[in-house]
Parts: sequence; structure tokens; C-alpha cells
Amino acid sequence: MIESLSYMPKPKESNDSLAKNFTDLAPPLNARQAAIESSRCLYCYDAPCTRICPSDIDVASFIRNIHDENINGAAAGILKQNILGGSCSRVCPTEILCEDACVRNHDAEGQPVKIGLLQRYAIDNMQFEEHPFKRAAATGKKVAVVGAGPAGLSCAHRLAMLGNDVVIYEAKEKSGGLNEYGIAKYKLTDNFAQKEVDFLLQIGGITIKHGQTLGGNVQLKDLHAQYDAVFLGLGLGASKQMGLTGEDAPGLLAAVDYIAALRQSDDLSKLPVPSRAIVIGAGNTAIDMAVQIQRLGAEEVTLVYRRGFEAMSATGHEQHIAKENQVRMRTWAQPQQVLLDEAGRVRGMRFEKTAVVGGRLSGTGETFEIVADAIFKAIGQSMDETSISDPLAKTLKRDGDKIHVDDQFRTVLPRIYAGGDCVAPGQDLTVQAVQHGKLAAHAIHADINV
Amino acid sequence: MADLSIEFCGIKSINPFWLASAPPTDKAYNVVRAFEAGWGGVVWKTLGEDPAAVNVSSRYSAHYGKNREVLGFNNIELITDRSLEINLQEITQVKKDWPDRVIIVSLMLPCEEALWADIMPKVEATGADGIELNFGCPHGMPERGMGAAVGQVPEYVEMVTRWCKTHSKLPVIVKLTPNITDVRAPARAAKAGGADAVSLINTINSITHLDLDQMVAFPIVGGASTHGGYCGSAVKPIALNMVAEIARDPQTAGLPISGIGGIGNWRDAAEFMALGAGCVQVCTAAMLHGFRIVEEMKDGLSRWMDQKGYKSISEFQGKAVPNTTDWKYLDMNYQVIAQINQDDCIKCGRCYVACEDTSHQSINQLIDAATGTRTYEVNKEECVGCNLCEITCPVQGCITMVPQNTGKPYMNWTQDPRNPRAENVKVVEAA
Repeated sequence: MIESLSYMPKPKESNDSLAKNFTDLAPPLNARQAAIESSRCLYCYDAPCTRICPSDIDVASFIRNIHDENINGAAAGILKQNILGGSCSRVCPTEILCEDACVRNHDAEGQPVKIGLLQRYAIDNMQFEEHPFKRAAATGKKVAVVGAGPAGLSCAHRLAMLGNDVVIYEAKEKSGGLNEYGIAKYKLTDNFAQKEVDFLLQIGGITIKHGQTLGGNVQLKDLHAQYDAVFLGLGLGASKQMGLTGEDAPGLLAAVDYIAALRQSDDLSKLPVPSRAIVIGAGNTAIDMAVQIQRLGAEEVTLVYRRGFEAMSATGHEQHIAKENQVRMRTWAQPQQVLLDEAGRVRGMRFEKTAVVGGRLSGTGETFEIVADAIFKAIGQSMDETSISDPLAKTLKRDGDKIHVDDQFRTVLPRIYAGGDCVAPGQDLTVQAVQHGKLAAHAIHADINV
Repeated sequence: MADLSIEFCGIKSINPFWLASAPPTDKAYNVVRAFEAGWGGVVWKTLGEDPAAVNVSSRYSAHYGKNREVLGFNNIELITDRSLEINLQEITQVKKDWPDRVIIVSLMLPCEEALWADIMPKVEATGADGIELNFGCPHGMPERGMGAAVGQVPEYVEMVTRWCKTHSKLPVIVKLTPNITDVRAPARAAKAGGADAVSLINTINSITHLDLDQMVAFPIVGGASTHGGYCGSAVKPIALNMVAEIARDPQTAGLPISGIGGIGNWRDAAEFMALGAGCVQVCTAAMLHGFRIVEEMKDGLSRWMDQKGYKSISEFQGKAVPNTTDWKYLDMNYQVIAQINQDDCIKCGRCYVACEDTSHQSINQLIDAATGTRTYEVNKEECVGCNLCEITCPVQGCITMVPQNTGKPYMNWTQDPRNPRAENVKVVEAA
């Protein structure tokens, strides 16, 4: 937790001044820009952007609606498939999804339509007098949803729309999951995650209970007994371990914990900020961490990854953001030892250079040290120990460390479903979690309303 | 560089680009700016009897394209709202100052010979090169028995033209309205009345769009609107056809034509001239971009002429007229088939859905089972060569219509055994 950095200096700048570093990374389109950009869409048939969208948004259709000044129509088209279309428009890696598939990438032009920004334009500018979706006639059925992240919220909304009542059990104080706690501050600004949850709840029929931890004060067997079905949208709450001595030393913590503290902070000038930081990892969380700590005033930020740039799961766009923010990136090196000072605090890290030998990554034996006041690890997430310690949850079949589900998001236990990052296979994308929740809702509805 | 100078019904012009009778030619200030910019001539905005017309506010509206480009333009402005005397004074002065530029004076008066007999000497005294009879204005003036109200009745066209020829030695150009079933009728009437040339088209009756909150069309005048005259790029195809109709009509063959309607660049101008126009008149493009556009028009036209080896405009004027014919003389044995260049194809699927939904189901969509990649291929057996796929394709040159060697000779509909009324069609040798 962030307390392990409490001895570190605070930023020199004021909260107001720091806050300027965390405004929208990609500013929204204005009406004129949206008109121009939407006019570039070719309204493809069987459009590749729609085919690749994990949540099946009809991209060509919503862009045509934007161009025809039917903003509510555009928004309704997006939300019909993806009720979290607003946050997805901000956090989706469009550069590897719809915008990568856009036919305007073709050689002759090389410039895709800015689909993400157009989607955001539609959602930001919609003006509904009441919630755009109506609930079907009440089914009398009740479903428990565990986790108020994108998967759980999407599932709850669709279940409510289909006429079922839903109670969401959320461990944290706020709803939204990673949108609230885990996304870089400059990607989701202005308390958007909460606004989106409020919008979603307008449909009615959904109750959220906070401070409810599966395996803690909530037992899966009780939910199973009390409700017609249970959906598990647990996410991946735990950060993976590097397996090194000193991993719990002051000065070393999980990137997601720092990001959560940063997002929840109402005074950025009170955050501990190391002057030299190391970030271990190569995903979008690693980039988010490195860039944000730099923007808070860290003087030297080094991101270290055991393979090359091409193997990074952070997209080219994300890597570019890191470079633009003076994040140093060091590839082909893996952590070997946490270096501690006399007080037992982090003073740096020793790395071993790596190479692919015979198709396998291995250490070369050559080492180097990077001096740092803090180390942030962003090497991946796994399911939270507490949730899977629940006696009934423990019996769920797994695929690796994730919950096994069939193509209808059913676990091996009847009337228990799961979706989002906690199931396999998954790309750990918000948009995919939303899709899981939506599809699971339809499966649940069909199964319990026979 | 090619010679852009022309002689149009006896009037010499340094280039074929004239400004049409319209707001840009309403007064000396504008006309001088046009001449400074390089326009070869102007048709001075229509003069009428005093007291001068009075205009309303607002006056214009536009039909926009997808990215707010003006496709068509609509106006409800009347003829000049300045006195005859001021206009005649200014014309005299400008002509004196710019002797190498053409000034044609547009006129509109009620159908009374005395009025025409009175005004002609006054116009002649200005030194103007000719007159143009405004028989085309479709809004406002027809309600008073002038403009298109005259142009729509060939007998009136002939009558007024004859009065003008009787009372003046100046060349008379008759400006025709497109708001008529067959534009050849008034053209023939103009010729019969002694016209030296015709100019076309004037604007087309139009309503561009509405304010759906106020439930009123544009342009809005105090909560109401009226139809206007449509011009700009959108009317070019209509104008080209009407020019061609007159150019290839044996009864008006050789009658000089001043082409008007949506001309905005050198290519538009070249097209009008290839269909028989001896000069062109421009208005909307200048109103949208200013007089400077003539610079690119002149440059583009002369470079194209150099490239093609045309030393003067007369060398290509009317060259497309013999190739413009009646449907019944088209070759029934000619066949083109679409060909998609797979390297250029961006896989947007537009050709496929257009053909599948609205045409002949002659494009196949192939889906690669492994990658999901779409490929679009023409089914040659089904393709009728309609051009729709080529038109909807966003990549220029990706789809081409390839002529097929059918091995069959030219055979038009009058000769076609499938024509049940072939015996009734008079066989005419195609040009």
C-alpha cells in the first residue's frame, strides 16, 4: 500500500498546478471537429471496425448519426451495445482495435477515422430527458452481481433492462472498478467513472451494496441460496509477485495501489513522490504508472522490461506517450535483487540482462544496477486471494488462475456465472468486460426465465 | 502557352472567362476588381426600368455537401436595385478605362416595344459590347411578367429579340431559362428573332432546405420564404445537357453559345466548350471564393490545351458534340465489365452492398476462414457494366470499367432485332 512510501518527499508544486498535468490526455472534439471527422467515415458495409469491436458497436452507424446531427441516436446506438461506451471511448486501445481496422489506414491515406474521439463526442453530448432504455415487464427474478466494475455494471444494467432486479455486492467504497481506481487520471477525468455509474443506475432495479467482500462478509453460498442467479465480476484485484527478497520493503509497491491512491486523492501535493523511480513491467498499467509519477514531479523514471519493445503489451500509442513524457525505457533486463539501504528502504534494484536463447528467455549473467527511491511493479494482476478463499468459490473450476466458464458465461456450478477479467480467455480490456457482462446477462435471463 | 483569346459573336475577348449577370457585376467597384483579377469580360447585372427594383433581406441560401462545401446556391435577389442612370454612367466609365475587356449589359423590361426602343440607344451609348436579354430570372420578376415568364414562351422570346435587333446594332445574346420542358424551343425562337447568341442556363427554381424548428424554408424573410434560383456546382450537369441539346440541334446549329451553370474551374469550362460553348460565364464560384479564381482557371485551361496540343479554344470547341447523341444510336453491342484492382482495394465493401442491394448481384464477398479478411470480386457473368461500383468506390481508379471485345459490329436500337418497333424507327447513320 501507498503507506510504504510515506517517508518520501511531497511534490513542490501545489495541487492546482499539479492538476494541470492530469487533464484530458486527448482533448475532446468540438462540434466542428466532429463534423469534419465524421464526414471522413466511408460507412463501410460489413465494416471492419465493427467486426473487431469487442462489444459489437455499429461504428459506421453511430458516426453517420453524428454527421447527421442525430447525437442522441448515435449515443443510443453505442449504449445499446456498450452501456459503458463513455469510459470505453476514453480507455479503449482503439489503436489496436477499431482504428487499426479502419479502411482509411490503407496505404493511399494512412489516417484512420478518430473513432474513439467520435464515440466520446456522442456520449459527452447526448441529451436524454430520461434514461434512454426502458425496462421490460418485471420477471420477479433477482440476481446477485459480485463486483461493481465494468463487467458487473454491464451485466446488472442489461439484467435490469430485461426486467430482473439486481443487487450488486462491491468490496470497495465506490463503484466503477478499474475505471474508478485503476485508469490513469488523465484518461478518465472529471469524476467520469461515477457519473457513468449514476447514468447507468437510472434504469432502475439495481441496488449497490458497498463494503461487501466475497470470502469476507459475503458468502457465495448465501448469495446462491438467496438469488435466482449470481454473476461474478471479480476482476483481478491482486498484483503478482516478483518473487524476490525485499519485495515488501518500504519503497516498493504495486503500481495499481499507487494509481488508486492518486485517483482518489483530492490533494495531489500530499502524495509521496520519489525523485527517482523504477517501474517494472510492459503493459498499459506500467506506462500509466511511469507517466503519472513523472507528471507528479519525479526527476528520473525508468521503465524496465525483460523483453524487447515489440513484445510489450502496451500499445505503440502507449509507448509513444511514455517517450513524450521523458520516461526512460530499458529493455532486455529482469529484476534480480531489491537493493536496500541501512534503514531497510529501497535504494535501487539490480537487474540481469536477458536474451532469447533457443527460443527461451534467459538471463545472460551480466548485471547492472539502477539507483532509485521507489520501485513500482506492474507485472500483471491475479484474482484476489480473499474472494477465491470463499468456500464455494474455491470449488469453481479454473483455467490457470482464472475462472472457467462456457460460451454462455456459466461456471461449473449451476446458476453461477462469471465474466470480465476474472475469466479465461480474456484480453483484460474494459470493453471486453462490458461485453462479457452483457452477454452473461442474456444467458442468465434466458436460463432463469424458462 | 495556348492562346485563350476568343471571338464570340463578333466580340473579341482576351479570355473566355466572363462573370455572369449577378451580384458580382452590380456596380463599377466590383467589375473593376474583376478586371484587375483578370476576367475577360462581365455581363453587367440586369438593368430595368426606373424606379429600380427593391430587394429583401435575407437573399441567399445553400445546399451543403457532407463537409459544408457548397454544392448548390440559391438566391431570391431581383435585378439591379440602383437607378438606370447610375448604372449607365458607371458602365461608360469602366468600358472607357478597360477597353480590352468585354462588357455586356443585361436587360429586363416589360414586353412593350417602346420601352425597348427607348433603352437600346442609351445602352449603345455606353460603349458596351453587347446586350444580354434576361429571360431567365425565375424568382420575383416572373410575377411581374418578366424574366422566366418571357423565357418560357418562345413567341415572346422571338418578339423581344426582334425588337432589340431592330432598335440596336449591338450583338444580342438571349439568356435562356432552364425552367422549361425543352430548352431547344426558346433557343430556336431566339434564333428566329435574330439573336446573335444564346447563353444558358439561368437559375433553376429551388428551395434548398428548411429550418425545421420554425418550419420555414431558407432564405428566411420575416418568418416566410419563397422559391429562389438554383446555381452552383450542383446545376452543372443540367446546364451541360441543355448546352449540348442546343449545340446538336440542326435548327440552331452554329448559333454561338455562352455556357453558364456551376462552372468553378478550368475543367468545367473546358467541358462546356467541348459541348459547343464559345465562352463561359461564372458567378457562384466567384461569390464563394472571390475573383482570384480566374487565375487558376486560366492557368489550368492553357496548360491542359498545351498538353493536348490545342493552340486555340476553337480547336476543341464543340469536339464532344458529335459524340453526344440520342439513346437509340448507342451501340447495343458495346460491353464493359467492372474490374477491381485488389492492390488498391481498401475492403470497405461499398461496391458489394451497392451491387447486392440495388443492382445486379455481380460482386461476390469472399471471407477468408482463417483471418476473416474480406475480398470483393466481380462476377463477370452477371455484370452489366452499369458503373455503380466504380461510382461508389472511395478509391479513385480502384475499380475500372473495362471494354470487352465482343467481336460484334456497331448495332444501334433502330437496327436491333430485339426492338419490337424497329420498323417504325427511321434509320439514321450515326455521326
